Amino acid sequence: MSTELDALYQEIILDHYKNPHHQGLRDPFEAEVHHVNPTCGDEVTLRVHLAESEGTTVVEDVSYDAVGCSISQASASVLTDLVIGKPLDEALAVHQEFLTLMQGKGTVEPDEEVLEDGIAFAGVAKFPARVKCALLSWMAWKDATARAGTTAGTPTEEATHG
Amino acid sequence: MDGLLPELEVVRKDFPILERTLAGGVPLVYLDSANTSQKPQVVIDTMVDHLERHNANIARAMHQLGAESTEAFENARDTVAAFLNAPSRDEVIFTKNASEALNLVANTLAWATGDLAVGPGDEVVITEMEHHSNIVPWQLLTERKGATLRWFGLTDDGHLDLTNLDELVNERTKVVSLTWVSNMLGTVNPVARIAARAHEVGAIVVVDASQAVPQLPVDVAASGADLLAFTGHKCVGPTGIGVLWGRREVLDQLPPFLGGGEMIETVRMEGSTYAGIPHKFEAGTPPIVEAVGLGAALEYLGHLGMDAVHAHEQAITAYALEGLATVPGLTVLGPTVAAERGGAISFEIDGVHPHDVAQVLDSRGVAVRAGHHCAKPAHARFGVQSSTRMSSYLYTTPGEIDALVEALHYTRSYFKLG
Repeated sequence: MSTELDALYQEIILDHYKNPHHQGLRDPFEAEVHHVNPTCGDEVTLRVHLAESEGTTVVEDVSYDAVGCSISQASASVLTDLVIGKPLDEALAVHQEFLTLMQGKGTVEPDEEVLEDGIAFAGVAKFPARVKCALLSWMAWKDATARAGTTAGTPTEEATHG
Repeated sequence: MDGLLPELEVVRKDFPILERTLAGGVPLVYLDSANTSQKPQVVIDTMVDHLERHNANIARAMHQLGAESTEAFENARDTVAAFLNAPSRDEVIFTKNASEALNLVANTLAWATGDLAVGPGDEVVITEMEHHSNIVPWQLLTERKGATLRWFGLTDDGHLDLTNLDELVNERTKVVSLTWVSNMLGTVNPVARIAARAHEVGAIVVVDASQAVPQLPVDVAASGADLLAFTGHKCVGPTGIGVLWGRREVLDQLPPFLGGGEMIETVRMEGSTYAGIPHKFEAGTPPIVEAVGLGAALEYLGHLGMDAVHAHEQAITAYALEGLATVPGLTVLGPTVAAERGGAISFEIDGVHPHDVAQVLDSRGVAVRAGHHCAKPAHARFGVQSSTRMSSYLYTTPGEIDALVEALHYTRSYFKLG
């Protein structure tokens, strides 16, 4: 029984939960979104800052403030590790890879080259009730990125004050 | 232990699901009865028998099966009326669930004329500990009618703050709607006292008895309620069936809710006239076998005796509160005295999120609920986003509480909380 549990609560997940990376809301940013999981009440506020560098859009920063379970918290932490500093199209590919893993009902073999610490969530995919916990911040990031894309290069007012 | 149901082990045998084992061969410890209760064999058999032998539509089939089905459905109404000590069987309206019953009241009040009409300047009073289904319909009503929604706050120990009762419930108040027993804090509210004040100012009293009917002897005539809602699936009956009880004078004044078959007296293209209660509020083919199942469920509870069921809940709740107090870092939300509460106990554990608590408990066969339990404002009042909730029922044993407490200690060690 605790083998099942250990598959869900990998050490990597518990580490990220206890010591989350890139936590807190930062300026500047082009888009901020607030996503909730209505069934359980988990919430995340997430900001995206994109920048242009040599003709490429780069994910300059992702900052967040979240309340929720270990899975949702750790997942936000891993997300920021994976996308910050990457060209946007690469970051979107990582997003797609993580989505495929989480929606694979435990049948998808994760690629550590792409997902790094994200592979720890492979066990979560076997717990249908927890998949949405793992995806909360990822969906928020996708949404914020889409919104930021339309306003890239024009940071918000708070950002200029930041 | 004093107060437990006599022959608890025999009673448990009435509930086949309690013999189930879960992944890894662990026995089920079902502590989620405030969410939905388990069903005794007699309810299951009654429903199967109805479908196998008596199935037909009611009140419109002129054949023997139709007569049998109608009789079974209407017998269930008699059982509900007797169980609630309702003055008349016509005051018992079948709905889909408690939410529909509460929405029926809030919607028909929006259309009501005369004394019951709600409009600008009028006030509706609820409480901060309501289930969302007793908040949102009143928000919709007051928004639509330009009326004002007000509410009782809560004390730190999880009771209604009644210090401003006379100010809050005043001559502008048209409706006071409150839960009898909180699904999150467990608190048993002083319905009669609040109803007395409401009636002084001419307001009607709506009671959400979803958690009360399963646990307490309920006498609607003595309760102070004008309208009272509950759902079948929390009192050992099936899902898909709820009840709205109302005093005849009030129900007669409310306009119809849904229009359709069965709720009419006559229909002409120019207009229709409506049936009397209860059929005025029962448009369309109702949940027939579900009503029959609910009848069997309430008869089952009647045989056990609601005083005995209540005493059992009190004994188990007191034992659970003692056990939970041994878990370091655990805080109970709501009253910590069994006599002031029902069998749902929500709690927090420092350092472990409720979903993670529930997940670890589930791996040991212990089924609880984690989240906001459809009571987000009550959680916000106590500064928490969510909680873990154990809820016992008439089949819960002290041994199951021991299993919960042991699993909570294990949860703390699993998350390395010393």
